[in-house]
Amino acid sequence: MRATRGRRARGHTGVDGDMPTTTVTDELIAQLRALEAQGAEAVGAAGGAEPLEALRTEYLGRKGRLTGILRRLGELSAEERPVVGAEANRVKEALSALLDERAASFAAAADAGSGIDLSLPGRARWKGGVHPVTLVIDEICEIFRDLGFNRIAGPELETQEYNFTKLNFPPNHPATDMHDTFYLTDEVLLRTHTSPMQARVMEQFAPPVRVVVPGTVYRRDPFDASHAPAFEQIEGLAVDEGITFADFKATISTFVRRFFGADAKTRFRPSFFPFTEPSAEVDVSCQLCGGSGCSACKGTGWMEIMGAGMVHPNVFAAAGYDPERYTGYAFGMGPGRIAMQRYGVPDIRLLYESDVRFLGQFT
Amino acid sequence: MNISYRWLRSIAPGLQGTPQEVAERLAMLGAPVDEITYLGAGIGDVVIARVEEVRQHPNADRLRLCTVNAGGAERLQVVCGAPNVEAGGLYPFAPIGATLPGGLQIKKAKLRGEASEGMLCSARELGLGRDHAGLMTLHGEFAPGTGFRDALGLDDHLLAVDVTPNRGELLSHLGVARELAPAGEDGVELPAFPGRQGSSFPVHPGRRACDDLGMDVAIEDDEGCTRYMGAIVRGVRVGPSPEWLATRLRAIGQRPINNVVDATNYVLHELGQPVHAFDLNLLRGGRVAVRHARAGEALTTLDGVERTLDAQDVVIADGEGAVALAGVMGGRDSEVGEGTTDLFIEVALFDPQRVRRAARRQGLSTDASYRFERGVDPEGQPAALRRVVELVLTVAGGEAVGAVDLVPHRYERRAIGLREERVRQVLGVEVAPDEVRDLLEPIGFEVNVRPRPMRVLVPGFRPDVVEEIDLIEELARRRGYGTFPEEIAPHRPSTVPEDPSVAVEARIRSLFVRWGFMEARTVPFAPEFAGAVAVLNSLSAEESFLRAALVPGLLRRVEHNLAHGVRDVRLFEIGAAFHAPIGGGAGEERRVAAAFTGASRPPHWSGAAPEWDLWDLKGLLEELAGEYPDGRVDAVEGRLTLFAGADEIGTARQAEEGEVDAPAWAGPTFVLEVRLPSAPVERRSIQYRPLPVHPGSERDLALLVPTALAAGDVGGTIRESAGELLENVFPFDLYEGKGIPEGTRSVAFRLRFRAADRTLTDAEVDSAVSRVLAALEERHGVHRR
Repeated sequence: MRATRGRRARGHTGVDGDMPTTTVTDELIAQLRALEAQGAEAVGAAGGAEPLEALRTEYLGRKGRLTGILRRLGELSAEERPVVGAEANRVKEALSALLDERAASFAAAADAGSGIDLSLPGRARWKGGVHPVTLVIDEICEIFRDLGFNRIAGPELETQEYNFTKLNFPPNHPATDMHDTFYLTDEVLLRTHTSPMQARVMEQFAPPVRVVVPGTVYRRDPFDASHAPAFEQIEGLAVDEGITFADFKATISTFVRRFFGADAKTRFRPSFFPFTEPSAEVDVSCQLCGGSGCSACKGTGWMEIMGAGMVHPNVFAAAGYDPERYTGYAFGMGPGRIAMQRYGVPDIRLLYESDVRFLGQFT
Repeated sequence: MNISYRWLRSIAPGLQGTPQEVAERLAMLGAPVDEITYLGAGIGDVVIARVEEVRQHPNADRLRLCTVNAGGAERLQVVCGAPNVEAGGLYPFAPIGATLPGGLQIKKAKLRGEASEGMLCSARELGLGRDHAGLMTLHGEFAPGTGFRDALGLDDHLLAVDVTPNRGELLSHLGVARELAPAGEDGVELPAFPGRQGSSFPVHPGRRACDDLGMDVAIEDDEGCTRYMGAIVRGVRVGPSPEWLATRLRAIGQRPINNVVDATNYVLHELGQPVHAFDLNLLRGGRVAVRHARAGEALTTLDGVERTLDAQDVVIADGEGAVALAGVMGGRDSEVGEGTTDLFIEVALFDPQRVRRAARRQGLSTDASYRFERGVDPEGQPAALRRVVELVLTVAGGEAVGAVDLVPHRYERRAIGLREERVRQVLGVEVAPDEVRDLLEPIGFEVNVRPRPMRVLVPGFRPDVVEEIDLIEELARRRGYGTFPEEIAPHRPSTVPEDPSVAVEARIRSLFVRWGFMEARTVPFAPEFAGAVAVLNSLSAEESFLRAALVPGLLRRVEHNLAHGVRDVRLFEIGAAFHAPIGGGAGEERRVAAAFTGASRPPHWSGAAPEWDLWDLKGLLEELAGEYPDGRVDAVEGRLTLFAGADEIGTARQAEEGEVDAPAWAGPTFVLEVRLPSAPVERRSIQYRPLPVHPGSERDLALLVPTALAAGDVGGTIRESAGELLENVFPFDLYEGKGIPEGTRSVAFRLRFRAADRTLTDAEVDSAVSRVLAALEERHGVHRR
């Protein structure tokens, strides 16, 4: 920066209107600023502590350039001297700070060379983490908590009666073929779904009921890439007077937007479950292709995420609720499958192998 | 259910849309299509060729040289290895340059020195089923050179429809067509068979009405069979089916067998009504009875398996014994084969439950049993019998003599009331009576909108519709779930409180995560006898019990990690352990377990990270103890034990030698397993205490403690004897060895004294320390080093 000689400083007309003095003031201030700029550049370019000290002497020393400029202070009036003096001080401090900072960095580099290398890693602690399926369960339950659903738990050992009969499964019907069941006795089994909790909750509590029930369920499927003999499910149930299919659809769509993103679309398809009617499969627009069709969604643009529907009147009757008075909806989804979709896990066995190299990716 | 798109279109002429569009509509009607396969893929180049001459290959026993007329001016020489190639036969032929479905490119080749100018194909080579026994022999009039795909109607798509178990009627082309046709039922029409022969024949209702035909038919088990029709056809010629029929079956993945069997199969897949044809002359004693099987009665079924029947099974018996397991599979001894001339064709309605039990008992699921279990149209037998007889006459010739029709229980359509206000209560919108009628009548329901409630008559093929809510679902389904609004209604708060286990498990998880552990989820099965609760139908001996504890499963997971070269493993799991007795809510217990090995910190350049040791384990257990009311850790018989009050909650220990299959480079493994608290520990009772304003005073006591005396007991004595000025005492050093007498160790305790209201004088502290030393001497014989 170079000040134009003789330029009039704006807002700084001399008190006594003495033009020549004002010009000297302007000139000195311009020189000071030029000195500051040159000094800053020189400091930045200095290659070590020694040249830096030479610069300090050159600019700020007793016989240095700043002192040189200030020699002309005597040419100024008593009113103008402090103005230039203040600017000189500012420039001196600024250059000093730059020199100090640069000197410190040279010193630190010198120290490091003598033993402390701060590029070395710090001392860490092991990083723990919950299972990816737990992450998904917790997130889903949190969303439903906001929608008024409390989280509860139920037994994994169930009876034929709660697992099937109270859920309106006709005895000896092909509907039970969808539930290949592990039996412990003729009556006691490992629950094939979390739906028995619908009956248990309604038997224990009066409406209105809004709950979500995550838990482990069992199907008699050997392990392969997409099946596990034990996996997780989340049940949901809402019952009160005045709950309709429209309410059901809206609640599920709200959940889908909260969980999968504001752009996610929801589709309801007719289906069949003995304990809901009307029954629905719920699809969400494919998270990989956004709905245009890809291999993950078999070209349909949709991913199936839950089975759901309006609670069947027979389920209400079996649980002691008046089916004429109360309506409600129920849903069930697989957080394991959702976790696989979300995190791109190709094989369900990875979820149950407990390989810390896998689990560590979710910490 | 495999549906041929062309077959479907032939039944529902008004049906528009590509196979993909049809699949989409089916999905939105509740029957999603799992897969769409184009049957003509890769066979566009194949033509029908006539083999004019067959000679032995001069250099190979198993090869023949065929002179092939593929429609061109020149005859082609083709080397063929199929055993069934015959002069005069028509076969699919892939000319030079063609590419077959598997990607096989047909090139001019020399086989054992003889030129081969193309390939005669088997069904499998064309992607038309598994049949690879020989060339695919074509039956019918085809000019050589005719395009194979179009001549056989293979420009078709196979739709694999996923039919839910309540919708038995969709297990047929008719049922699917009825759902899809724009005009519903009215838009469905069974097309006439090519070259159709008329099939007028008398049907005799009632028992033994077949006397004039030389047959006596009776239903003796009228619970197992509610309708039985049988027709006699004489003079058929059994042989291969015409190509149109064979193609239809191949298109849906069925293997053509012979014209009679194919006709029964065709009607099953067209109408959903199972049909069985017996060789009339192999039925003994001129008699057919539907009856209970006799306990232990034997029957060799069509698949060649000799089966022992149960008294609950329904069988078809002739004069001497069972000839078919009703609704499941026919018997081999009355099978229709090449020599058959006369048929007894059965179209019946068997009880779904009885069929299901018999099929399951035999471990057999057939096209017939699958449909009977899911409900066959109880009104569909007469039409199905006419259809199958007509088809048999068309493709196998012969003459229909007559039929019987036994109906012990006549089916009556179910009438259901439908209330408009109930529809609104469930669906949230009004559906006007006229709309109800327009939605339901096309699919076979009769809706009387005048009475209130409306009266709806359910067609027989919808056994799943039994009450009002079923009709409401039908309304919603036919209207389309997408047409209903989405409106969140305000809700009242739930009466069900959050389960305390939710907070408990969240706290336990975060505790272990803080310690650097990763959450495992394992499958809770255990090897034989490694648990108290056996699984009756386990998948394997390795998984035949439910786990009694979580640790063994976690140790297997530690081994898995070690086997992958990972030395530092820290796993925890929250889950159920199982114990006898089970049932009535008993038998399972929520626990947390952990297993860990290796370094207690990630490696660092400043020095080797310490290995996990017993004191880490105890520290972890002590932290867990904070999650229980009155939780504490004690050593019981040399094992770290967690107590909540007086209850033993769990233990922690180092895994024993041989308990973990670990490589030499692995460190020791530590495990713990504890029962989860029933509720999060109460923290509301915490009361603030003012912070001290006066300085404390510390004294260190190095004590010579006999090895047999627990430091904990010494600490206890200090605490008891020091008086109320003692604020805190803890061991801060332990030393054994040089300078310390044999059988003792030096344990140094730091004691801190403080008074709330003044600065303590040395004299006060000294006096307390003297009391402590006196008590130690007196109680334990312990004195200062």
